Amino acid sequence: MSSGFATSRFSRGLILTCVVLAILAAVAPVALPTLVKQMTVFWVMVIIAYTWDTMGGQLGYNSFGNVVFFGAGMYASAVLQIAPFTDMAAYTAAGEQGGALVLTNAQYFAGLLPGLLVAAGVGFLLALILGFAILRLRGHYFAIGTLAAGIFVAQIVANWEYLGAGSGLTMPGFPGKGAAGDQAKSTFFYYLCFGLAGVTFLFLQWLYSTRFGLAANAIRDDEDKAEAMGLPTGRYKIIAWAISGFFLGICGALYGNFVIHVDPEDVAFDGAGLGVWMVLMVVLGGKGSLWGPLIGAVLFHVTKELLWTYLLGLQYVVLGLLVIVIVVFFPEGIVGWLRQRFPNRFGERVEAGEVR
Amino acid sequence: MTTLLQVSNCTKRFGGVVANEGISLTVNEGEIVGLIGPNGSGKTTLFSSIVGAHPVDEGSVQFDGAEITRMNVPSVARLGLLRTFQQTRIYGKMTCMQNMAISAPTGRGLKSMFGGFTADEVTRAEELLDFVGLSSKRFLRGGELSFGQQKLLEFAMALMARPRLLLLDEPTAGINPTLINGLIDRLKRANAQLGITLLVIEHNMRVIMNLASRIYCLAHGRLLAEGAPEDIQSDQRVIDAYLGAG
Repeated sequence: MSSGFATSRFSRGLILTCVVLAILAAVAPVALPTLVKQMTVFWVMVIIAYTWDTMGGQLGYNSFGNVVFFGAGMYASAVLQIAPFTDMAAYTAAGEQGGALVLTNAQYFAGLLPGLLVAAGVGFLLALILGFAILRLRGHYFAIGTLAAGIFVAQIVANWEYLGAGSGLTMPGFPGKGAAGDQAKSTFFYYLCFGLAGVTFLFLQWLYSTRFGLAANAIRDDEDKAEAMGLPTGRYKIIAWAISGFFLGICGALYGNFVIHVDPEDVAFDGAGLGVWMVLMVVLGGKGSLWGPLIGAVLFHVTKELLWTYLLGLQYVVLGLLVIVIVVFFPEGIVGWLRQRFPNRFGERVEAGEVR
Repeated sequence: MTTLLQVSNCTKRFGGVVANEGISLTVNEGEIVGLIGPNGSGKTTLFSSIVGAHPVDEGSVQFDGAEITRMNVPSVARLGLLRTFQQTRIYGKMTCMQNMAISAPTGRGLKSMFGGFTADEVTRAEELLDFVGLSSKRFLRGGELSFGQQKLLEFAMALMARPRLLLLDEPTAGINPTLINGLIDRLKRANAQLGITLLVIEHNMRVIMNLASRIYCLAHGRLLAEGAPEDIQSDQRVIDAYLGAG
C-alpha cells in the first residue's frame, strides 16, 4: 500500500513484530508448561478485545452484547459435538452427575471441527439479525440495547432444557486421561486460541487497510456526515458486527471445550464479567488502534491473574482502582496517550508552506 | 439548459411549526443559484428536505428527472446530490488525506465497500487539497484545523465525491475576509472547470451577489422573491424582510 492514508498497513515493522510475537507465543507452552491454562485464556482475551474494538473502537459503537456471539458459539459447538454421539436431552438432563461424555479420538475431532465451523456461522448470523434490529440505535441507546440483548439471550438459554437450562452442560472429555491428558488438552487449545487470535488480528488489519477502515472511522467521527457523503453506513455497521460475531463464535466454542463445563450465565453469556472486561481491555489499551487491544489484554489479564492469586477477596477493589487510575490519567488509553505525546510517530505532521 | 433540481410545492412541518410552506424552486445544470433569507426562515430545512434527511410532508423533489422525495440520504448522495453543513462537519480524528480518501465516490457493492484506494484517487485527493490550499496540512487530523480550514476541507471533500449538484450551507461563515475572496474564486472555478452546479445559502451579500446568477429569498418558511441579484437587491419585500434599509 503506497496510498499513505489507510489506517494501518502491513509495513515491515508490523510484519517483524508479528513474527517475533508468533515465535514467542509458539514456544511459550514449552517454556512455561505450568502457565499454559492462563496463557490460553490470555489469547481468548486478545480475540475478545480485538473483536470488541471493531465495533467499539473503529466504528465507535460500544457494545455490551458481544457475549451473545461468544456464548452462542459455545452452545452451537456443544450441540454439534454431543448430539451426534448420544441423546442430547438425556445427557444434559443428567447434568454433572452423569459425567462428561466419553468419545473416541476420531469422534472427538469429528465433532470439534464442524462444531467450530457452525459456531462461526451462528455468531455471524446472530450478529446480522441483532444488527438489523438494534444498529439503528446510536450512542448510549445502542449500548443499552446490546446490554438488553445479552441478558435476553442468556435468559433464553438458561431456560432451555435441551441445552441443560440453568445448570449448563458438560462438553465431551478431551481424549487422554489424568494430568497428562489435562496438560495435552490445555496445550491443544492453547495453540488453537493463539492461532485464532493471530488470524483474527491479521484479518482485521487487512480489513482496516481497505475502504472499510476509513468508512468505519468516518462513522465513528460523524455518522450524519458519512451518510451525507453517500457511505452505506447501515451495511458497514452490520457487516462489522457480523465479522466480530464470526470470530467470537469460534472463540466461544474453543473456550467452552477448554473449560469443559459450560454454564449459561457464568461462562457463556457472562455479561457482567466478560461483557465488561472486553470493554475495559480496549479502553485501557487504546480504542481503534493497532496494538491497543493487545496491550489492554496483556495489562488486564496479567493484573487479573496476579490479583486473583495474591489478593483474593480484594481483587475487584484493586481492579476497580486500576481502571479509575487509567481512565483519569490515560483517558484515551495507553496508545492514545502515546499518540498525543508523540504525534510524529503516528504520521501526523505539518509540512512547510502556508495556508493560502 | 436542463433542469437538474426541481422542488415543487414542498411543505415541511415540525409539530405545529411550519418550517417550509409550498416552496418551489428550480436549479438548472451549470448554474450557481443563491438562497438567502433571515435566520429561521427555513433555508437549512429546505436543504435537509432536498437530500432526504427530513423528508417533506407535501410536495416533491426531483433530481435530474428522477423522483427523490422519499429516498434516503446516502442514496441521494450517491446520485451526485451532496450537501455541506452549516456547522462544519468533517471527520475529526482522521487526517485530511483520510477525510478526502473516504469521500471518493462510493457504492453499496462489496467491491466498493471493501476495496482499496487507487493511485488515481490519491492523486486527486492531493490535488484537491492543494486546490483549497491545505496541502501542507494533509497529514494533520481534521479536528486540529481551525474552523475556517475545516470549512475548506469540507468543501474539498465534497469536490472529491464528484457531485453534480452541491448544496453549500454558508460556505464563507467564519472565514476571514482575505480567505473569502479566494473561496469565491474557488467556488466559481469548481462551477466552471469541474462542471458542478451550486445552490448556495449565504448571509454575506457581497459574496452571493458576486457568485449567483439567480437568487431565491425565503422568509417565514415561504418563498418571498426570486430573480437576478440586482433585482433581489432592490426588491422592496426583500429589503423589508431581510436586507434592511441600507
